[in-house]
Amino acid sequence: MADMVELTIDGIKVRAPKGTTVLEAAREMGIVIPTLCYYPGLTPYGACRLCIVELIRGKRSSLDASCTLPVSDGMVVFTNSERVKKVRKVILELLLSTCPNSKVLQDMAANMGVTKVRFKIKDRGCILCGLCVRYCKEQMQSGGIGFVGRGTSRKVGTPFEMTPAECRNCNGCEWICPVCMRACRAGQLVEGICGGCLNVAVVETCPVCVKCSESVGPEGHRAYGK
Amino acid sequence: MATGIVREVDLKALEKIFRGFEGKGESILIPLVQAIQAEYGFLPKEALVKASHHFRIPLSRFYGVVTFYAQFYLTPRGKHTIRCCRGTACHVRGAAKVIETVEQELGLKEGETSEDLSFSFETVACLGACALAPVVVLDERYYGQMNPEKVRVLVRQYKGASIQESSIGEENNGKAD
Amino acid sequence: MARQISSPIELKTYAEEVCKKKERWEMVIAVCGGTGCSAFGSYDVRSAFTKEVEKLSLSDRVLVKMTGCHGFCEKGPVTIIYPWQYTYVSIKPEDVPEVIEKTIIKKELVDRLLYRDPVTKQRIKHNNEIPFYAHQKRLVFQHNGHLDPTSIDDYISVGGYQALAKALFEMTPEQVLVEVEKSGLRGRGGAGFPTGRKWRFCRNSPGSEKYIICNGDEGDPGAFMDRSVMEGNPHSVIEGMIIGAYAIGATKGFVYVRAEYPIAVKYTRLAIEQAHQYGLLGENILGSGFSFDIEVREGAGAFVCGEETALIASIEGKRGMPRPRPPFPAVSGLWGKPTNINNVETWANVPLIINKGADWFASIGTAESKGTKTFSLVGKINNTGIVEVPLGITLREIIYDIGGGISGGRKFKAVQTGGPSGGCIPEWLLDTPVDYERLTELGSMMGSGGMIVMDEGTCMIDVARYFMKFLSEESCGKCVPCREGIDRALDILTDITEGKGRKEDISLLEELGEVLKDGSLCGLGRTAANPVLSTIKYFRNEYEAHINEKKCPAGVCKALITFSIDEEKCKSCGKCAKVCPTKAASGKKKEPYKIDKEKCIKCGLCRESCKFGAVIVS
Repeated sequence: MADMVELTIDGIKVRAPKGTTVLEAAREMGIVIPTLCYYPGLTPYGACRLCIVELIRGKRSSLDASCTLPVSDGMVVFTNSERVKKVRKVILELLLSTCPNSKVLQDMAANMGVTKVRFKIKDRGCILCGLCVRYCKEQMQSGGIGFVGRGTSRKVGTPFEMTPAECRNCNGCEWICPVCMRACRAGQLVEGICGGCLNVAVVETCPVCVKCSESVGPEGHRAYGK
Repeated sequence: MATGIVREVDLKALEKIFRGFEGKGESILIPLVQAIQAEYGFLPKEALVKASHHFRIPLSRFYGVVTFYAQFYLTPRGKHTIRCCRGTACHVRGAAKVIETVEQELGLKEGETSEDLSFSFETVACLGACALAPVVVLDERYYGQMNPEKVRVLVRQYKGASIQESSIGEENNGKAD
Repeated sequence: MARQISSPIELKTYAEEVCKKKERWEMVIAVCGGTGCSAFGSYDVRSAFTKEVEKLSLSDRVLVKMTGCHGFCEKGPVTIIYPWQYTYVSIKPEDVPEVIEKTIIKKELVDRLLYRDPVTKQRIKHNNEIPFYAHQKRLVFQHNGHLDPTSIDDYISVGGYQALAKALFEMTPEQVLVEVEKSGLRGRGGAGFPTGRKWRFCRNSPGSEKYIICNGDEGDPGAFMDRSVMEGNPHSVIEGMIIGAYAIGATKGFVYVRAEYPIAVKYTRLAIEQAHQYGLLGENILGSGFSFDIEVREGAGAFVCGEETALIASIEGKRGMPRPRPPFPAVSGLWGKPTNINNVETWANVPLIINKGADWFASIGTAESKGTKTFSLVGKINNTGIVEVPLGITLREIIYDIGGGISGGRKFKAVQTGGPSGGCIPEWLLDTPVDYERLTELGSMMGSGGMIVMDEGTCMIDVARYFMKFLSEESCGKCVPCREGIDRALDILTDITEGKGRKEDISLLEELGEVLKDGSLCGLGRTAANPVLSTIKYFRNEYEAHINEKKCPAGVCKALITFSIDEEKCKSCGKCAKVCPTKAASGKKKEPYKIDKEKCIKCGLCRESCKFGAVIVS
């Protein structure tokens, strides 16, 4: 049995094996944390930042990506606090503004109640989650594709824009992409939202209580106990 | 494909460079690429492909690194390199106007090289010579406290000089007032 | 020449030997070789001195040498003549024969080359009496004005490597660590993490192979202190690193220098080589049994590599992408081994602490911030240059007493500290003492020490926009808040400067700022909003003027200003027409000139050229 640590997630004390991440521990409990750049079996990357959680340290708290945050003893984490939701929504807005035609993103928007994008739409057709790059390197042991450039001009590409010798034509990069294969087919965008999947209801993502938004905060989980 | 056709002699130089980096793992990548660039003035595609084969590091790793850092070039460089600082100190002392003037004078945007390979023009995040703001570095020489007027004279001097050197009849550009 | 020094006693005797050798020089002419002075022609000055000294056969009595940066870049080239410390400023090769004749031979002063106090109009003889130097406390830079950075002997002659000998032979690693902890030294790279505590983390991490790194990737625009240390006194950094390695138990060190500093790279390499020759680096240092080696790695032009984990990635030969912490480098750093990173100035402080003791060091500065800090004082200020001051000094003292106030008699508006991670501090907060906590409270930060002074002619929205532009290019592009958030903030700010700002933009920027702070992966993103948030906080009215009235109060944003000529002030000199690149300014003799608004590209050349202040920007 691996070493276990005890931590508190959304007011519930849980034990998790040392070396796992907060995301894994929370999902184990059935808590839904949205992710884009995380994929079981690939190295956590911490790039999309949608999986941020609030970490309480005494009187202060900070936000951190749960997919790269290792569990530790006595840790107190809230996965869906007001602060988390606020930041998460803006991050989603930013993602939508770079990739409005992703069905995955539009569904998330419906889920989280993001009804409009306030930023300039610059459709880059890629959210740089890096799943394809990691898949290529880690699962296919290939390293045919990689990141090119930096900052806003960073993209996924092949060296000198030619098919690299390492490529095995596995198509894994396309398969794993949350954007390419799963493009949103809805009609026009209104303020960055496609509106094509209105059937997706807004659900609060905590299975423990009915409305997390009102109950969770640094002071504790009202639905439980207090 | 068109860029960086390596002459036969170059490959020899490459092997000599490789020798210095044998058996040290992937951490050699940046110093190796720096050494290649020091040899050729830029990074010819063929040289990178050869390095990738030689050291058995995927070419995508090389390409990723080369495009990440500002100091690596995949296309040949001009004979003269003019670098304008756009650091904060330079910015508040009017670097934008200096940069604009250079762009006008050379007909180049930042990061470009003139077709005849006489000039490369780049801007740098900070040259670390802030007391001289705004700073322009032309071929390793620092020119401080520049303004549009001064930089125009400077560029024209070099332009004139490089025209004379390549012994083309039309000069006059060099005469700056 | 080169010799292996194999014990502390030998080091002492050698130091005495070197000192004795130096005594034969009756006079030393120290010409500043810093970047500023060399751009003003100090190399020519040095050659002129050497030539003149040889010509008059003085070379056995007078030594001409090139030193590191003296700091007073504004008045370069600076030359100091020892033993009297006569300081000549803005000296030219033509002045050299006169200096030799008068000062060196006749021991007289050349009055016109002395610094003239702008207030009292008095000529000042010695550097330490010039207000620029008088208000400083130079410890890290104490030897910069007279050491030849390429000579290890010079460094040894002023007590160099004595701290190393003391640490290795009189102290245990634990004692060294305790001394650094007690001194209260904090990281000089920006965040101000206690150095001793950082060292202890690394020391306590399991593993026999450990690394230390000197972060010389001074990327903050407007900062060049570390450059001056590396170019002026590289051995002090090397010595600090060896002591640190001894305390931490590291076997190998790296100095990561940004490629924009070729001289720093050259001198650091040379210093390492010399230290090797003397047995101060490598196997069995000074015969103590402790072994440690240093390698120089050149950066390749990426601001983000100043971030610890990105720097490590870069040394490993990868793209300089930051990675999440934990694990911290102290636990898993370079090649997965425990690694300790400090910046150049931090390392250079270490020998001072070991030599003079933690108590001495802790007596300088404030309760939480000890010692001195170097700043590069630049922008619209009279005395630009490098300054070193005790922490706790007020911004006003730095800007007015040392910096001599704002240039051109204009009004102060803000001072920007902390580089792209910092903020702009307005006039009414100038009496704030400079330490880590106070600057953070103001929404700025200490940063590595760039201090950029701005006057009334600086538009704060333009400054915020400038930093967003910088960061959008320098962001590694990994995490969404930083890559897209900065880019969108730049869009919004660009709109505002172009007169397309909307009322809700300010609150949107604030919201975006919070997301950057909370959501980004590394320090670059987490502090990226500071320039925006601090300017909104202190200069909100300027934002409102841009958005509501479509006006740029500072007269900078091109879309919001027009140029015209005040007919009463215009003397019809024609200067504006001469400099105007588009011939927008024109006129006839004896009549006031006019600016054609259609043709005007708002370059501002006419305003700069007009001696009568007749060009109005509105």
